[in-house]
Amino acid sequence: MKIAVCIKQVPATTEVKFDPETNTLVREGVDSQINPFDLYALEEAVRTKERLQADGEESSVTVVCMGPPQAQDALREAVALGADETILLSDRAFGGADTWATSYTLGLGLKKIEPDIVFCGMQAIDGDTGQVGPGIATHIDYAQATYVAKIESLDKKKITVKRLVENGYEVCSVKLPIVITVVKEINEPRTPSLRGKMNAKKAQITTWGAADLEAPVEKLGLSGSPTQVAKVFSPPHREGGEKSEGEPDELAEKLFGLLKELEIV
Amino acid sequence: MDYFFTEEQQMMREVAREIAEKKIRPIAAEYDESGEFPWPVVEAIAEADLFRVFIPEEYGGMDLGTPIMNMCIVTEELSKACGGISLGFAATGLGTMPILVAASDEQKKKWLPRIADGTLAAFGLTEANAGSDASAVATRAVLDGDEWVINGTKQWITNGGEAEIYTVFCVTDPTRGARGVSTIVVEKGTPGFTFGKKENKMGIRASATRELIFQDCRVPKENVLGKPGSGFFNAMKTFDMSRPGVASQALGIAQGALDIAVNYSRERRQFGQPISAFQGMQFMLADMAMKVEAARALVYATARLIDSGVEKKPTMYSAMSKCFASDVAMEVTTNAVQVLGGYGYMKEYPVEKYMRDAKITQIYEGTNQIQRIEIAKGLIASAAKS
Amino acid sequence: MAIRVSEDKCNGCGLCVKSCPQAAITVDKGHAIIDVDLCSYCGSCVSACRFKAIAIEIEKQAQEDLGQYKGVWVYGEQFRGEIAPVVKELIGVGRQLADDRGCELSVVILGNNLDAAAADLAAYPVDKVLLYEAPELASYDGERYSRVLADIVRSGKPEIMLAGATTQGRSFMSQVAIKAYTGLTADCTGLSIGKDDGLLYQTRPAYGGNVMATILCPYTRPQMATVRHKVFPMSPKRLDGKTAEIVRLDVKPKLMTSRSEILDFIDLCESTVNIVDADIIVSGGRGIGDPANFAMIEELAKALGGAVGASRAAVDAGWIPYCHQVGQTGKTVCPKLYIACGISGAVQHQAGMSSSDIIIAINKDPDAPIFQIANFGFVGDCLEIVPMLTKRIKALRGVAV
Repeated sequence: MKIAVCIKQVPATTEVKFDPETNTLVREGVDSQINPFDLYALEEAVRTKERLQADGEESSVTVVCMGPPQAQDALREAVALGADETILLSDRAFGGADTWATSYTLGLGLKKIEPDIVFCGMQAIDGDTGQVGPGIATHIDYAQATYVAKIESLDKKKITVKRLVENGYEVCSVKLPIVITVVKEINEPRTPSLRGKMNAKKAQITTWGAADLEAPVEKLGLSGSPTQVAKVFSPPHREGGEKSEGEPDELAEKLFGLLKELEIV
Repeated sequence: MDYFFTEEQQMMREVAREIAEKKIRPIAAEYDESGEFPWPVVEAIAEADLFRVFIPEEYGGMDLGTPIMNMCIVTEELSKACGGISLGFAATGLGTMPILVAASDEQKKKWLPRIADGTLAAFGLTEANAGSDASAVATRAVLDGDEWVINGTKQWITNGGEAEIYTVFCVTDPTRGARGVSTIVVEKGTPGFTFGKKENKMGIRASATRELIFQDCRVPKENVLGKPGSGFFNAMKTFDMSRPGVASQALGIAQGALDIAVNYSRERRQFGQPISAFQGMQFMLADMAMKVEAARALVYATARLIDSGVEKKPTMYSAMSKCFASDVAMEVTTNAVQVLGGYGYMKEYPVEKYMRDAKITQIYEGTNQIQRIEIAKGLIASAAKS
Repeated sequence: MAIRVSEDKCNGCGLCVKSCPQAAITVDKGHAIIDVDLCSYCGSCVSACRFKAIAIEIEKQAQEDLGQYKGVWVYGEQFRGEIAPVVKELIGVGRQLADDRGCELSVVILGNNLDAAAADLAAYPVDKVLLYEAPELASYDGERYSRVLADIVRSGKPEIMLAGATTQGRSFMSQVAIKAYTGLTADCTGLSIGKDDGLLYQTRPAYGGNVMATILCPYTRPQMATVRHKVFPMSPKRLDGKTAEIVRLDVKPKLMTSRSEILDFIDLCESTVNIVDADIIVSGGRGIGDPANFAMIEELAKALGGAVGASRAAVDAGWIPYCHQVGQTGKTVCPKLYIACGISGAVQHQAGMSSSDIIIAINKDPDAPIFQIANFGFVGDCLEIVPMLTKRIKALRGVAV
């Protein structure tokens, strides 16, 4: 069974901060990381592969990432975490893609790989949209299951998953091929192994550009994106209010008074 | 300070550091409280290939010719987060040393690949009446046909009950004193081999310490490592190689406590400024940092000396690194508690645990008094030679 | 498309360098240089530049007559016939947008046996309730729902389509947008009509709430957005007593195929779970110290009629299930009142709750970052304060009853 994982390289969380003086978002360093949600997707893919292999079935994990050449680092890290193959979709023509064009481009890459299952994180921590996973499924006409918290069973034709939704969990059985987006609850990602790290260093990373994907340029990047950013600005800055100190019973009483004042009680 | 690790050693450090930060630090306090054995972490250490770093490649390992230095790097990193949990790894290293030192190729093929994959090992020497005086062991092994029949009790064995593979020191010839001791491998599950209750310890509480109880326990004759009678020699050789491991555990504990103290001193404000701005605090932190760095330099130098093989008897240096690093750990962790003041004394803050964990490093694998005797012996012997 | 720096206007001040989340800009010889390999065309630098020296140029035009798209549609998400609370918030903002555009507001509901739900919605200030009923749509199925909605969007041609940013809305609106080849903006917290261009200005947070972006969808229709809970007030019912027209749409059986089948639904019906819809959230973090102490958080939440939240630290320690987690890797909430107990307030946690109306923080550490955003801070042990507070509230209720 062929398994694919889509990952995104995002700025390390601690790197992006708000600068009240210039009223802008400030990137404090150049450190990047694999989008944390994608780590759960990768872990689930590797675990699925390991389970299949333990049952004597052939399986491999291919990780696909769209991004600048620097996103190679994210793919190497994916190898250290258990990926077998890595593909970087990189081309200037991909730049400025919104979720429509991003899922279109990733979809073209995935079509060449023909995986049975595609794992994605539920969203990226920079964009926070959660639209790319379902978008890919639509572009390549795969079935989809979003917010998956557990894989209950898997055979050659279908997969049964438990989805985390507002009011509880939905258990559903879906035909392959499928795109699955996962929530954090699904597993606890492993840390890189020594062999994995050594493999990562040597790993060959395949790069596909627009020509390799035989992609119409008008559907790529900024040109292919229906949405445009009109303005970027800083959110209203939240200031801390008064801080009360004292004995616990005094504080409890004061807090009670506050809740009354706010008409909560 | 840059100690010029090889690229692979740097990778080992990164791999161990991620486990320490992501898998150990968040749960260290919990396991310290419960005293439960941290199997999920041990499994993560195994999956990350870290049990391979002190085992040669031909037996499933990845020692790359520097097993002792590798073991020190990994032990130090894991111990920064928890000196108790790191022992599942480090004590397996200790239990494996007699196999590395004395086993035949066939024996190595039997046990080392399993250990490389993450099967735990333990070292069984100490007894109620044989602590510092290791030659006083009373556990008896008698050859009966093709089997050794073992009777006796080992005390305070780290990884006891959790490990699968035990290197046990038994008297095989009572007439020959220290030269009548042999190293025999006993596997968990062998009839007649049971465990005593788990000890309730001051520190390193997440590590398992139990008695090994042998009652007419029969193991194959070929489980003896090296020649019968070579046990005491194997133990001493093991200690020469393993003491930098204890030293690196102490080093990790000291560094972990220092890191907490430095961060706290920058956050804690008194009299309108962070306490790190007070010179009294600065002097304390500087002394702590100096000693930790000196210990590290000595431990790494010793590990490299052993790996190089140029020094046939590195006993004195091994003893120095263990003794110095553990004394530093005790002092630095005590002062780290002092830096945190009242908070440091509270169990809600992690630093008192480092102080409790540090103490054992001055005691086990030879008390620091024994280490000083070894150092003096080495000094005097080399002076006599020159 | 291209991003250009005007040599005349740029003075090399470096504001754009700081603003770039991709670290794609450097200043060399008094002039900003953008590495187009790294640039994501997010527009941060365009907004940051005080000299209007940077411009993103797009040569693009609409492929069809956009004038044929009319009306604002709201997706009327329902679960077992019950309309999701966010829908009534969408009706409120949707009404405003429709009035600004001088067009109709419709609500679309998909499902089965939805007469009661349709009647409920018809009492709100909407012009039409579009009802699409089929037995196959009884429970949510992303494939069927997206196919049906895309189909009726294609024939009904609304100008604007809004849905709640719920797990359902976030899962299948993206599919609808792909099928309709149009833009979708996720998790909007602001919506307005441009005075000059008549476009929908969709504002949303990104980078965990550290930055806000206003998004346009100029060349394709409908302009689609999912909208966060609790951002817009719930619409009141119509005051004139009239009801909206309920239009039953024709069902196309060929749209009803699906590759997935629901086997079971596990309810988590405790009221303390659904943090996204809650007006009051009492949240616990590492400072709670152990799982048993979460009971006191639950008690306070119950006494206040609120839900229980948790920080990542508490969830990772296994003290409380993941569905309670607030923050970057959990849920984003904006209740009227958020009480953070023993939560230090790391940026990742703040990303999930900093838009709450009022934040009260109880923490032993006076330097905890949570105090920097809390309206009211209480420096003390929540394990002592919370039970006393709960007792006090219960006593009050006891007197009142």
